[in-house]
Amino acid sequence: MTGKTSVLDVQGLVKHYSVGRGLFGSGRRRLHAVDGVSFAIAPGETLGLVGESGCGKSTVGKAVLRLVEPTAGRIVLEGEDITSLSRSALIAKRRKMQVIFQDPYSSLNPRMTAGEIVQEPLINFGIGTRAEQQERVAALFARVGLRPDQRNNYPHEFSGGQRQRLGIARALALGPSVVIADEPVSALDVSVQAQVINLLMDLQEEYGLSYLFIAHDLGVVEHISHRVAVMYLGKIVETAPRDMLFAEPRHPYTEALLAAVPVSHPRMRRRRVVLKGDVPSPINPPSGCRFHTRCPIAVARCREEEPALLGDSSGHSVACHLRTPAN
Amino acid sequence: MAQEPVLAVESLRVEFATGDAPPVVAVSDMSFEVHRGETLCIVGESGCGKSLTALSILRLLPRPYGRIGAGRVLLDGRDLTTVSEAEIRAVRGRAISMIFQEPMTSLNPVLTVGRQIAETVMVHEGLSWQDCMDRALEMLRQVRIPEPERRLHEYPHQLSGGMRQRVMIAMALACRPRVLLADEPTTALDVTIQAQILDLIRDLQQETGAAVVLITHDLGVVAEMAQRVLVMYAGSKVEEGSVEEIFDAPSHPYTRGLMAAMPHLGGGRGKRLNEIPGVVPALDARPPGCAFAPRCMQAVARCHAEAPPLVQIGGTHTVACWAHGQGARA
Repeated sequence: MTGKTSVLDVQGLVKHYSVGRGLFGSGRRRLHAVDGVSFAIAPGETLGLVGESGCGKSTVGKAVLRLVEPTAGRIVLEGEDITSLSRSALIAKRRKMQVIFQDPYSSLNPRMTAGEIVQEPLINFGIGTRAEQQERVAALFARVGLRPDQRNNYPHEFSGGQRQRLGIARALALGPSVVIADEPVSALDVSVQAQVINLLMDLQEEYGLSYLFIAHDLGVVEHISHRVAVMYLGKIVETAPRDMLFAEPRHPYTEALLAAVPVSHPRMRRRRVVLKGDVPSPINPPSGCRFHTRCPIAVARCREEEPALLGDSSGHSVACHLRTPAN
Repeated sequence: MAQEPVLAVESLRVEFATGDAPPVVAVSDMSFEVHRGETLCIVGESGCGKSLTALSILRLLPRPYGRIGAGRVLLDGRDLTTVSEAEIRAVRGRAISMIFQEPMTSLNPVLTVGRQIAETVMVHEGLSWQDCMDRALEMLRQVRIPEPERRLHEYPHQLSGGMRQRVMIAMALACRPRVLLADEPTTALDVTIQAQILDLIRDLQQETGAAVVLITHDLGVVAEMAQRVLVMYAGSKVEEGSVEEIFDAPSHPYTRGLMAAMPHLGGGRGKRLNEIPGVVPALDARPPGCAFAPRCMQAVARCHAEAPPLVQIGGTHTVACWAHGQGARA
């Protein structure tokens, strides 16, 4: 990966869910939400995690935070393995890893004022006196672009963009080193989305934050990420430094994903290769390469043998029999 | 374009009246035309009135508060705002069809998709049930649903999101409408499925010659689909033109701001995006003068006092901004 030590290192992360079958639950089946995902994030780096609905990208975020318990794998935060930490030890460690959700409204307590929402983590962790906490809240409000008088307002009185600023202020209150951002701008209008993206980038520079930026919008991901990982049906199929991934995608799925993005100018319209069909069910994922059922270049081997994620020295890895770096 | 437009909206005003208070105006002085085989994209952010404009064409404004306060909606020259309830019902789904963002909430969960499509045909064309079911099957085939014979007998929950949107399109096109209103038809879909649906709408339009009004917040979808573009802000049209005119020479500060704010592939990686400061004003708190003035970097005193009229600045390109008004620079 990068030469620096990573602040977050995830190895072989697996999350399976047991799903009932019919009313009487005979023969339970396994839903493979995340199936062996590994990545590392360096200090001050943004890793963009992209993929379509149901590819498991949000589950990765939740499992890394241990909001859902991983089925297998190892999560190392700032050199400490947090995979099997006890509840109380984990909570202490959460100071260093915070989360921002897509819908800030459903993740903010409607009965608390904005000021209380941002102050709450400081109270929970017993940081500073009340006066110092108030001061910190005021500083955070100013930093994320909220007015001081808005501290007494309730979440419903804020617009979508302001609520997301509030969610960011709360996430930053404890001075984390890693922020998991799960679709943080996809519910926002374009003009407000730009404000929040700029804010996230400014904060990263100021505090040296690392982001795991989970999103489906490739334009946004390209804009904000240093490195990008593409997920399909619970697996990372390709990962590379940003410019490399967008300029020379190697996995056929990445290619298809990029080709599907609408053009930015009518003169760039072209007849593109459109991926056929839908994503298969993660309950019974296809054999071999999981993409083979929709892949335009699949051969017999793809149906039988699962390709490993193989990298080259430039940090570009791809899981495809036909597009490995050696070929 | 010498021919008559299929659909013409003239000086439409949509308002909401509650109690004795004066009505709140949600859309004001909206005018546009769509011709056969043409795609007009109406673009704008949440709350700009783009969906209300579409709903008012079919007189589907939320009752009892929403109403058309002024203006005309002409379908082949006939004013739909004054026809009877029975007549407008005969227009819906036949001459003008509509598809929505979330197909799951617009499909009946307890009826098979075949029956839902067939019913539309039955109501409007009075064919035998067997003929209607045949048409439904033909429509599923036309929207390229795999195994249409099986899908005909399935319920909406058995289909994926993209497939449901195909069913909606099949239903909307079953009676070969002259106008298709599509309100954010791909917003809830993944990008690869969005590409499938946009291609489908384009292909079917070529086959049927329908006029399409596509409502979206996504300038990428506009760049893919539109022949003409209409930009709305806070209930009003601020700019209109051919897709080339709008993308080559966006002239309203809001249009320019939207384009610069949108991250797109290959554009300004890692750089700051252009922000439009502030937020869209609330419906009952729209400022006097130009509604965009409080967020506009180029606003001058006049912008805050007086609403700018639409002026023509090119072939078919109009803009409502004092910077392009009479006396200002061209």
